Amino acid sequence: MAEQVTGIGIQIRNLYKIFGSNPESYIDAVKGGMSKTELNEKHNHVLGLKDINIDMPGGGIQVVMGLSGSGKSTLIRHINRLIDPTAGEVIVGDEDVVKMNETELREFRRHKTAMVFQKFALLPHRTVLENTVYGLEIQGLPREEQEKQARRWITRVGLDGFEDNYPNQLSGGMQQRVGLARALTNDAPILLMDEAFSALDPLIRMDMQTVLLDLQKEIRKTVVFITHDLDEALRLGDRIAILRDGEVVQQGTKQEIVLRPADEYISSFVREVNRGRVISVDMVMAPLTGEPKGMPIKSGTVLEVAAKKMTDSNVPEAHVTDASGAVLGKLAINEVISAMVTPVDHDSAAA
Amino acid sequence: MDWFTKFPAMDTDRLTALKKAIDLGFRDFTRAYGDVFETILYPVQWFMFRVEQLLTTSPWPLVILAFAVIAWLASRSWKITIGVVITLLLIGYFDMWQDTMKTVAMTVVATIMAIILGIPIGILMGRSNRVQAVLNPILDVMQTMPSFVYLIPVVMLLGIGRVPGLIAVMVYAIPPIIRLTNLGIRLVDKDVLEAADAFGSSNWQRLKNVQMPLALPTIMAGVNQTIMMALAMVVVASMIGVQGLGLPVLKAIANQYFTLGIFNGLAIVGIAIIFDRTSQAYGKRLQKHLEVVHG
Ligand SMILES: Nc1ncnc2c1ncn2[C@@H]1O[C@H](COP(=O)(O)OP(=O)(O)OP(=O)(O)O)[C@@H](O)[C@H]1O
Ligand SMILES: [Mg+2]
Repeated sequence: MAEQVTGIGIQIRNLYKIFGSNPESYIDAVKGGMSKTELNEKHNHVLGLKDINIDMPGGGIQVVMGLSGSGKSTLIRHINRLIDPTAGEVIVGDEDVVKMNETELREFRRHKTAMVFQKFALLPHRTVLENTVYGLEIQGLPREEQEKQARRWITRVGLDGFEDNYPNQLSGGMQQRVGLARALTNDAPILLMDEAFSALDPLIRMDMQTVLLDLQKEIRKTVVFITHDLDEALRLGDRIAILRDGEVVQQGTKQEIVLRPADEYISSFVREVNRGRVISVDMVMAPLTGEPKGMPIKSGTVLEVAAKKMTDSNVPEAHVTDASGAVLGKLAINEVISAMVTPVDHDSAAA
Repeated sequence: MDWFTKFPAMDTDRLTALKKAIDLGFRDFTRAYGDVFETILYPVQWFMFRVEQLLTTSPWPLVILAFAVIAWLASRSWKITIGVVITLLLIGYFDMWQDTMKTVAMTVVATIMAIILGIPIGILMGRSNRVQAVLNPILDVMQTMPSFVYLIPVVMLLGIGRVPGLIAVMVYAIPPIIRLTNLGIRLVDKDVLEAADAFGSSNWQRLKNVQMPLALPTIMAGVNQTIMMALAMVVVASMIGVQGLGLPVLKAIANQYFTLGIFNGLAIVGIAIIFDRTSQAYGKRLQKHLEVVHG
């Protein structure tokens, strides 16, 4: 259990993936700077991923974002090696997934990872309960134990009473809950979610995001979450990496990404974001000089909430405190407001 | 210009020598290994004999009841069950009971053997493109070769009678089950297979939990075709001494007994329909969970 509290970290180092009949022979050229277009047009190979380096700390939600075809699915499938890399390392805990033999890989997949799929990928000939026990059944646990765990998660995702239904008797949202329950029943420290909520309509999607966030407070898994939706990324992600054409163009906390977009591509993404809901007071507070004035505001509070509190109690200044009540810095209402409204592009952010 | 109007065939002496060499080679082979094959096939012979004995010596009402129960369990349809009973009653009334039971026995045993051999072969084929590339042309040949030709090597190897007949029928009927098992395995949804892999399934687990159950409806279509082909071949196999409905048909052809031919022919049609409807209904029932209920 101790392990679950901290979680298992994932480090991806210098990962390359080339699709085609003879990828090895082009890896040097690609490392030497051959472009995706050239590789595709002249050599008929597809550059899936190029020099990916991401550090995913244990116990957090890492979001990988990018447009369609940017290589998100390819990347997440390297973590449990559903796809073999052309070059690079995928270090989970202290093991390199790439170097595992077939048996080790199978054990790793059984005990360390669980996955939720964009297209649900449920077993159509099995009922909800039989789908949910799948991971434990594969591990060879006693049937009673399998069902006990499965029923717990079926209840948790809100599917009570549907245990004996077949997947095609359920709506898309319900099927994805089954996918989630199936993954959670596996009780693995790493949860891989490939656009798990993209096929759902907005309301159910919000609902599922809430389910995931609530769960994450209890279970503290290392979650890798793929999405092409910035709002979802900002809502769920502790850290966000942005992919374009198989390359990471920026990674960091959501606030870093919103406040300092690395290039025009990302600023075009974040322009529409409601900054008041993303940026926390920690990002705009100034070092404390003299006595703390005004009201205390908890560290991690988003600007929108802080502004409301300050205007409600009609104070121009407040101070930010951590969980123990220690003062971290001071906050002025005009700073808060301007951080909420300034449209940032990456030039002005850099300046 | 002689070669232009008449095909420049291999000269007669050489052709004869070639045929003779192959024939002699095969004859030597049968002399050397005929006994071995008979020993290997002993359990098959025993099984065949038992099934035939059971069907021909049990009291007819019990046999009809058994057929009705099987038809009901497989199809869950009263229409099919009643159809089975009426067909069998008519066959008995027109005094073709014994012959029909012999034909049914051989069809059933040949089908069981084709399934036991064919499904594993189909699975291998479904999992390896190389195996598929080797087997496909062989299956093509098997399916286009006139059925009579199968009888020749079997007779040379094992003589005439029940077992050689059974082998000929089985070999003739096996291609569909192999092909459709292969197809069924290849049609399994890649996403579902990927999910099974992601949870750490072993090869056996993915076969048992995903590929076979999802391929089953397709495999059942193969079983249905195999039964139909076995039934057709049982009639042809009467030429090498297989008893049953084929023998009277053969006699009817030789002596131009029109009614005898028609009656036995209709009995064959009758049991073909029984087998077909029952196995198809069973295949449909297997797909119940795949019916789209929601969106
Ligand atoms: N097996 C393959 N062979 C060749 N090219 C591939 C293969 N798999 C993926 N690709 C290519 O790699 C690129 C990235 O694909 P990937 O599926 O990872 O994108 P994605 O970001 O998940 O997109 P989406 O949002 O549509 O799911 C695409 O250009 C795709 O065509
Ligand atoms: Mg994808």
